[in-house]
Amino acid sequence: MGEAGLEALTANRPQATGRPRCAARRRDLRNGLLFISPWIVGFGGLLLYPISASLYYSFCEYSVLQPAVWVGPANYGELMRDEVFWKALYNTLFYAAFALPLGLLVSLALALLLNTGVRGMTVFRTVFFLPALVPMVALAVIWLWVLNGDKGVLNYFLSSLHLQGPPWLTDPSWAKPALIMMSLWGVGQAVVIYLASLQDVPVQLYEAADLDGASWWHKMWHVTFPMISPVILFNLIMGIIGSLQFFAVPYVISPTGAPARSIYFLTMYLYDSAFSYLRMGYACAMAWILFVIILILTLLALKVSAKRVYYGGA
Amino acid sequence: MQAKSPLARLLVYLVLIAGSVAFLFPLLWMISTSLKPTAETMQMPPRWIPSVVMWGNYKQAVFHQSKELGYVPFLRYGLNTLYLAVLGVAGTVLSNALVAYGFARLRWPGRDYLFAATLATMMIPFPILMVSLFAIFRELHWIGTFKPLWVPAFCGSAFNIFLLRQFFLTIPTELSDAARIDGASELRIFWNLILPLSKPALAVVALFHFLYVWNDFLGPLIYLTDQKMFTLSLGLQFYQSQHGGTEWNLMMAAATIVVAPVILLFFFTQRTFIQGIQLTGLKG
Repeated sequence: MGEAGLEALTANRPQATGRPRCAARRRDLRNGLLFISPWIVGFGGLLLYPISASLYYSFCEYSVLQPAVWVGPANYGELMRDEVFWKALYNTLFYAAFALPLGLLVSLALALLLNTGVRGMTVFRTVFFLPALVPMVALAVIWLWVLNGDKGVLNYFLSSLHLQGPPWLTDPSWAKPALIMMSLWGVGQAVVIYLASLQDVPVQLYEAADLDGASWWHKMWHVTFPMISPVILFNLIMGIIGSLQFFAVPYVISPTGAPARSIYFLTMYLYDSAFSYLRMGYACAMAWILFVIILILTLLALKVSAKRVYYGGA
Repeated sequence: MQAKSPLARLLVYLVLIAGSVAFLFPLLWMISTSLKPTAETMQMPPRWIPSVVMWGNYKQAVFHQSKELGYVPFLRYGLNTLYLAVLGVAGTVLSNALVAYGFARLRWPGRDYLFAATLATMMIPFPILMVSLFAIFRELHWIGTFKPLWVPAFCGSAFNIFLLRQFFLTIPTELSDAARIDGASELRIFWNLILPLSKPALAVVALFHFLYVWNDFLGPLIYLTDQKMFTLSLGLQFYQSQHGGTEWNLMMAAATIVVAPVILLFFFTQRTFIQGIQLTGLKG
């Protein structure tokens, strides 16, 4: 083969292989888009569009019955002056500030106890997990009965200890603590997650610590916590997102957040603004404030934990 | 970590048993109350075990014949919930498996950007979407129908896409390549190869969506207007708002009807459950 022949060959090559490659790329793209087509509808129609529309509505007077009318930042301004909003925000943050750390403590403690090699571990695990299965509305109804002021069984127990139980859910100063207590009943899911990650901690680490004469507390602080820290962080963030949207339980107990709006939470006010008062724009503004709070707290959790969370093994 | 000294072990057992009693008691109390005659629910000190077992309470809650309490048909609510759960589970499994396959097993331009955007949406709280979705469904004349509660399941959800994608990634690519060389289409590979290998992950997604539908309260509250179309959760809340605080035995019978199917489902699918929670909590 001469020079010219070789040149012709190499000159031809890009064309010869180029066309199929291009066609293959197009086929790949077509296949890919076909497979994810449900999500294109979901992502565009049920997420991107609603998010942008909601941001727009938050600057509008919008009753859903009539087209939205642009009013600028008036909704946000009104929220800042709205006492009910501040009350609901306070209740929500109060609830989260107690329910989250207490939930973390209780679930972690139960998981640690279950991980001490006890007999019947799976039975205990099932027992702790069961309440987490109870649908929110049923949970609220059950506790309304247990915490009933006169005929409630908890106050009966307290009275047999010569303690006078409060009327719980109908007393403004006891209603929020009662809700926090109820939230602890549902920590079972976290118990299962923590227990699984505790079982993943390599035994050699504890053996090495034992050789160095480490105490129980040392092993806890220097082995256990670092090893399960990613799971704690994950649960914490899910907890922040969930507890700030607390809705079903307090709504069932009292749709108006009675007594004295002591259990009126942000999502309840949001729901009322949108669907009871038909102030959809106002509700959207509130939703965006809620989102910003969630975002700030999540970023804060990530930042504070950045140096403490250990992503070594898995 | 093992507890070594006998005293420590005894303490661990004591705390665990006390905790178990506290966790189980509300459920047992619910069942006990649901089987009592009305007068016995108000007795002080409480009667732990009903003197007569009133199965009739359940009949009343399911069919609701009590004039005084109005017509709250829990049987109807149960069927409504089941209808939504079946459609929702079918949609969730099908759509998320398809989409996850597209993200995990196919290579196409723009894939990774879209996947990153998908993950980012997991942070969006529902209240942000609530008003806009209501407006969309209102335009479609879907308010007061079941559609807003099951059609979206057929469009996939970020979390399930993520979960299934992670699982699909663990299946060796050689399997797909071999099938491709044999001339199998992508759809065929998806259906005959990947889906059968992914049963455990699909079971987790199906189970969790079933629970989600069973538990969902805000969705039905917003979209359903006709009392006959209520779900169990919404129906129970409605019942409580109308007649709460009077006949606790009927109330607890209704609550048991809402809770029992979930608990039974748990006992039949325990492994999937525990696997699922570990999958979503750890690797998720």
